[in-house]
Amino acid sequence: MPEYSDDELIIRDLHARIEDKEILRGVNLTVKKGETHALMGPNGSGKSTLANVIMGNPVYQVTQGEVIFKGLNILDLSPDKRARLGIFLAFQYPASVPGVTVANFLRRAYDARKEGYDPSKEGQQPTGEAPKRKGTPPSVFRKTLQGKMDLLKVNNEFISRYLNDGFSGGEKKRAEILQMAVLEPEFAILDETDSGLDIDALRVVAEGVNALRGPGMGSLVITHYQRLLNYITPDIVHVMFKGQIIKTGDKQLALELEEKGYEWLIGEKITE
Amino acid sequence: MSADPILTDDEYKYGFSQPENYVFKSRKGLDHDIVQQISDLKKEPKWLADFRHRSLDYFFKRPMPNWGGDLSDIDFQDIYYYIKPSIKAGDTWNDVPEEIKETFEKLGIPEAERKYLGGVGAQYESEVIYHKVRKDLEDQGVIFVDPDTAFREHEDIFKPYFATIIPPNDNKFSALNSAVFSGGSFIYIPKNVRVEIPLQAYFRINAQNMGQFERTLIIADENSYVHYVEGCTAPTYTTDSLHSAVVEIVVRPGARVRYTTIQNWSKNVYNLVTKRAQAYRNATMEWVDGNIGSKLTMKYPAVWLMEPGAHGEILSVAFASNGQHQDAGGKVVHVAPHTSSTIVSKSISKGNGRSSYRGLLKVQKGAPHVKSNVRCDALLLSDQSRTDTYPYIEIEEEDVEVGHEASVSKVGEEQLFYLMSRGLTESEAYTMIVNGFIEPVAKEIPMEYAVELNRLIQLEMSGSVG
Repeated sequence: MPEYSDDELIIRDLHARIEDKEILRGVNLTVKKGETHALMGPNGSGKSTLANVIMGNPVYQVTQGEVIFKGLNILDLSPDKRARLGIFLAFQYPASVPGVTVANFLRRAYDARKEGYDPSKEGQQPTGEAPKRKGTPPSVFRKTLQGKMDLLKVNNEFISRYLNDGFSGGEKKRAEILQMAVLEPEFAILDETDSGLDIDALRVVAEGVNALRGPGMGSLVITHYQRLLNYITPDIVHVMFKGQIIKTGDKQLALELEEKGYEWLIGEKITE
Repeated sequence: MSADPILTDDEYKYGFSQPENYVFKSRKGLDHDIVQQISDLKKEPKWLADFRHRSLDYFFKRPMPNWGGDLSDIDFQDIYYYIKPSIKAGDTWNDVPEEIKETFEKLGIPEAERKYLGGVGAQYESEVIYHKVRKDLEDQGVIFVDPDTAFREHEDIFKPYFATIIPPNDNKFSALNSAVFSGGSFIYIPKNVRVEIPLQAYFRINAQNMGQFERTLIIADENSYVHYVEGCTAPTYTTDSLHSAVVEIVVRPGARVRYTTIQNWSKNVYNLVTKRAQAYRNATMEWVDGNIGSKLTMKYPAVWLMEPGAHGEILSVAFASNGQHQDAGGKVVHVAPHTSSTIVSKSISKGNGRSSYRGLLKVQKGAPHVKSNVRCDALLLSDQSRTDTYPYIEIEEEDVEVGHEASVSKVGEEQLFYLMSRGLTESEAYTMIVNGFIEPVAKEIPMEYAVELNRLIQLEMSGSVG
């Protein structure tokens, strides 16, 4: 038996902290391609931290464990290499970059993703410096982009705006899913993509996500509420609490949580 | 991610030098004999020689500025004040001595000229070595020559304005320039003539310990338009060079002048320049000032709004890397009522680089109904970099609308992580953030030069040449 397969992302005994505070305390989770997992749990249980640690946010220090993807412990890689391997995080609070249009940014990101990451060519591979990168011709990229724009129901005005600069909450989420659609990740994490969305925006975003689901992509959908899962049906549902996954089940588990809250599971009163 | 991953040695693509096969090279140092020698070589009339000597006295008398950057290391006696590289300026590149032509080819000037320029003046050391204006512009009466030619052939229009916008005794460095000036441009755009493609001047220093002191005068007659672009580079030496120019511009009623500078001196050049324009009724003056190179730049392009309806605009981008100090900004003086102005300054400091915004907004008594807006933003890329803002505002009228905004920001970990999470390398992410930061100014520059500006910044950011 191989220790890993190219078709899954494996998280083993993952511990991480921010400053002196341990947030992840031994997370174990495997997501296969083609599967959609939901990660639920009360606020402060470590869901967003897990998402950020998988992507490589330098704010968090990993103290133990590994995350295996395509035979690599991706915890050793910088975030850009993880992205080029096919990992994607739809941020809960994406940063804004004034002066850089969504379209220009997407083209650069698309080229980087296409370039990929091959550890055996470390050091000789183009490092992503723009002068060395040939890049997709704008007209070719434009066609790819148009299809994704239609899917997410965004117009030309939207992609010529500066990235997340002055975007409403809903627009930011839509931009995140647009990026996901363009970059075609193999493993996607959606961090509270439903928060701050009204029902119409939620529907558009969920439709977008559903359209991207397929045998080539595994995803981890982080949400506090069952609501999103009415639109994006998960194959597997996990509950996280105090930095560990304490329960795993099928989509019935989400419905149960909706009905009863988290208290029956964790055996204590939650104050939020 | 380290705190400052881009603190690498910057490579400078234009740091090469060529052998000196010069027609004439003065001895080092500055005194009345040198000034007389320059004047004699140029066969100048007595009044002009007197003007130079008088200016030198002003220079000696004036104290060094004690503000701005550190000027204490400049040794004025260790500089060559005049080098004549060739017998005369060519009007085809084949007339230009081989190694000089080679230099300008490396700088891409002949190619740019073929593609998108209406005229080119190329200066090497102290003299313009190539000069050409497109025939159709010449036929419309456009004049684009060096000052020596202007005195000889166009004295009637040149002399009445020469040194009137910036008198020799304006400041220590305008006095220095007035004493030893050589090369530069005189441009005259006749009434109603619109020059739709840019005219470009390029300034190259080649010799070590060189001083370059060109002088430019632009007169845009009524309802005319011109866009003048200047670029500059020099070899990298361990000793310092000095560039001190004077640029005077007259924008007559209804005319518009845009003056774009992409300053990319090597990091051993002191760049101490005085630039001033006067804009008359309904005229517009725009300075687009990009400062990437030099050891120390002190330059504050100025617009004097002389008559109602005049508009002034100053867009400034400064990039200070290791060992550099960019003391840049702009000055606007509202002399007349119903005038308006905008200053936008964007500065970036990297490594231990230092950038300062120094600006003056003045509304004189008798100039009500004035509108002005000043915005200066600074971006810091490292903990060791520094930025300062010195906004001087003097308002002597009641009925004015003046806005001033300033911001200082650091490239956030959050922004970097976000861009990197989409596959951009760290240096690419930095570059993208910086390019976005200067976008409001870059979009005002013609595409070719905006591309050049972005490319220069990219080189500064990555510390390598692709």
